[in-house]
Amino acid sequence: MRLSYVLPLALFAVVAVALGIGLTLNPRLIPSALIDKPVPDFSLPPIDGRPDGLAAADLRTGEVAIVNVFASWCGPCRIEHPLLMEVARSGEVPVHGINYKDLPRNAMAWLKRYGDPYRRVGSDRNGRVSIDWGIYGVPETFVVDRRGRIAFKHVGPMMPEDMHQRILPLVRELQDR
Amino acid sequence: MIVEVGHYALILALALSLVQGTFPLIGAQLRYAPWIAMARPVAIVQFGFVAISFAALTHAYVVSDFSVLNVAMNSHSAKPLLYKVSGVWGNHEGSLLLWVLILTLFGATVAAFGGNLPPELRARVLSVQALIGTGFLLFMLLTSNPFERLVPAPTDGQGLNPLLQDPGLAFHPPFLYLGYVGFSMAFSFALAALVEGRVDAAWARWVRPWTLAAWCFLTVGIALGSWWAYYELGWGGFWFWDPVENASFMPWLAGTALLHTAIVVEKRDALKSWTILLAILTFSLSLLGTFLVRSGVLTSVHAFATDPSRGVFILAFLVLVVGGSLTLFAIRAPCLTGGGLFAPVSREGALVLNNLLLTTACATVLLGTLYPLFLDALTGEKVSVGPPYFHATFVPLMVPAVVAAGIGPLLAWKRGDLAGALSRLRLALVFALAVPLATLMFAAKAPMLAVLGTALGTWLVAASIGEFAERVRLFGASPRETWRRAKHLPRAVYGMTIAHAGAGVVILGIVVSVTWETERLQVVQAGESVPVGGYEFTFRGVEDVRGPNYDAVRGIFNVTRDGDLVTVMTPETRIYDTSPQTTTEAAIHPTLTSDLYAVIGDPDGSGGWAARLYHKPLVNWIWLGAILVAAGGIVSLTDRRHRVGAPRRKAGRAGSGTARAARA
Repeated sequence: MRLSYVLPLALFAVVAVALGIGLTLNPRLIPSALIDKPVPDFSLPPIDGRPDGLAAADLRTGEVAIVNVFASWCGPCRIEHPLLMEVARSGEVPVHGINYKDLPRNAMAWLKRYGDPYRRVGSDRNGRVSIDWGIYGVPETFVVDRRGRIAFKHVGPMMPEDMHQRILPLVRELQDR
Repeated sequence: MIVEVGHYALILALALSLVQGTFPLIGAQLRYAPWIAMARPVAIVQFGFVAISFAALTHAYVVSDFSVLNVAMNSHSAKPLLYKVSGVWGNHEGSLLLWVLILTLFGATVAAFGGNLPPELRARVLSVQALIGTGFLLFMLLTSNPFERLVPAPTDGQGLNPLLQDPGLAFHPPFLYLGYVGFSMAFSFALAALVEGRVDAAWARWVRPWTLAAWCFLTVGIALGSWWAYYELGWGGFWFWDPVENASFMPWLAGTALLHTAIVVEKRDALKSWTILLAILTFSLSLLGTFLVRSGVLTSVHAFATDPSRGVFILAFLVLVVGGSLTLFAIRAPCLTGGGLFAPVSREGALVLNNLLLTTACATVLLGTLYPLFLDALTGEKVSVGPPYFHATFVPLMVPAVVAAGIGPLLAWKRGDLAGALSRLRLALVFALAVPLATLMFAAKAPMLAVLGTALGTWLVAASIGEFAERVRLFGASPRETWRRAKHLPRAVYGMTIAHAGAGVVILGIVVSVTWETERLQVVQAGESVPVGGYEFTFRGVEDVRGPNYDAVRGIFNVTRDGDLVTVMTPETRIYDTSPQTTTEAAIHPTLTSDLYAVIGDPDGSGGWAARLYHKPLVNWIWLGAILVAAGGIVSLTDRRHRVGAPRRKAGRAGSGTARAARA
């Protein structure tokens, strides 16, 4: 009988421990099966009205790069956009784009209106290549190392602390390697 | 200057809460009258300081003082006044200040109007309240100061999350907090009772109005939140089993159980330690809700402000408050001896069943909410628990609860007569069978679950009304006699009838709208017509609209029925100047029997627009029913026994405390 009065306390202790562990985890950190794997083989045409396009070969040039998946219809993309502009202006690391399921006209207008941080952009009209990248929503951002392997993946819009405390330090570490 | 006054008032409030949290508690233990008497004035003055602080922050918002970091982050000079004011609690720091404001308001109310409480009980209750307040004030001053300055001040603010810029949501948090914090009163009374080692009918009568008031506010708060999700998120849904929604729903479930079990303590002097435990759990779940929403341990579409570093503080606080109170419970509750015995089939029995089902339902929701967290903590695996889990666990638990809610009120205390109760409800039974039969016969599709749902909803409405008719002898007595009985019936009975019937209306609204809604998702060209649920939606095109602080694309739909124009619907997609986020403003045309619901989406690039059009029968019964449920609570709150105050404790125990000390 006495035990039943202690039971609520015991149950709460379990919950509290789980909450404590939960605090140390990052709910936005979704592991990618592709981490440490080479980028998938792909070749994307440019957005109509741009000269470049993006292919796997562009990511195996011995340079660390950021690959950002975006779309003009994507609200959260506009939240992280200023951060990408800032990185592009600093010239610290090239930023490439994959334009996901977007109309060329809308994508070009979007880049014109908010600024174009990308060195190269591939247009993934039907989303086929993005499936190979394991993308299930925009925006997503990858860090690719010198040998063209995916080192990091961020799901959702990047916040300043994501960029400055995780992504850029990782980029610098990879560049020094 | 005003801002610094607000900050300083907050610090003074903290100092006072420390005083209020210690001296009266010790005074009550030592029976030292001056310290016991301190509780009242200190509680009132403390509320005064928090109110000054809140007023200072509101002032900063209204005059758009962007030298305050909080204002600069969350407001904008072009915002309408209503949203400047609601912006005060539309962010982390401000919402905490609102929390504390309500907490101290309740404390001050006990101090000012709790004249008939025994002084020691009142002192202990106010001390526990102050200790909770101390935690929140410390949290604010150490980690989340709303009065932090920003130098240099920006020329304009960053604006409020546009999703939140909405009248429904402007008043959603205050109601929710009135509910959450209201349960702190039940909690404080429970702890005071544990310290005293005494729970009796008088105690239950003091606790009940607080619980009832808090529960009414929470009901309204949840309904407002659900209504907001319905028309603002543009998905046509009204409940998503999202962690943040669950966070408010769990205290509601536990609070509902507490309301019912407090009746048993009051009338029958039984189930004491269970009631105390429920009071602790209800408030603990309110705190847990705050923790889940504010710490970011769970991701949610609703998580507007999350910060793990603050989570550590809240977790420590949670452990202290909940762990501490449950420890006190484990030590002291065994001393509480229950009185009344009762048969399984009796009013008490029905209320015990109600409690078992509601708390089990609450536990399943808690498990579903925390399971992803447990799994992540143990194995690192990421999952999300969705509506299927909740439908599979929560709904079956509610079925017997609804059946019992119809019968329970007709059972006598101690030993009831089930057959007799059912025979008096035969008319309700007939309704509960006839309505689903009619749907089976006339509806184009009638899944079994939906038929069962309509049966349950009808049953609860009919049984509640039937029980009332039985009480006033609507059939079988003269109208004069019926009138006389109706007049003398306690308000609590009216309240119960309204609330139970309201719950039935909610069930009907949910079941019918989910089962028989018509949904059309398609690209429409100007001039094109789409039939939806017996109505014809004709798309007339879009126009660009400029709002006070946003640009909008507005779609225009002419809605006709049998060729007659019913209404013109104008859903919008808004882009706010200060935020890159777009919001959908669904157009809703409500009638008593259904809602027409239209959302305009994106252009397809060749002249067409994506549109979502719905016909949702009885969907507004969900909120109508919720209003009835809350109204029932309010009516019950005006019951004479609450207005005249609690009875004096039995002679020999009241006042002096000597006899009580001997018992404890």
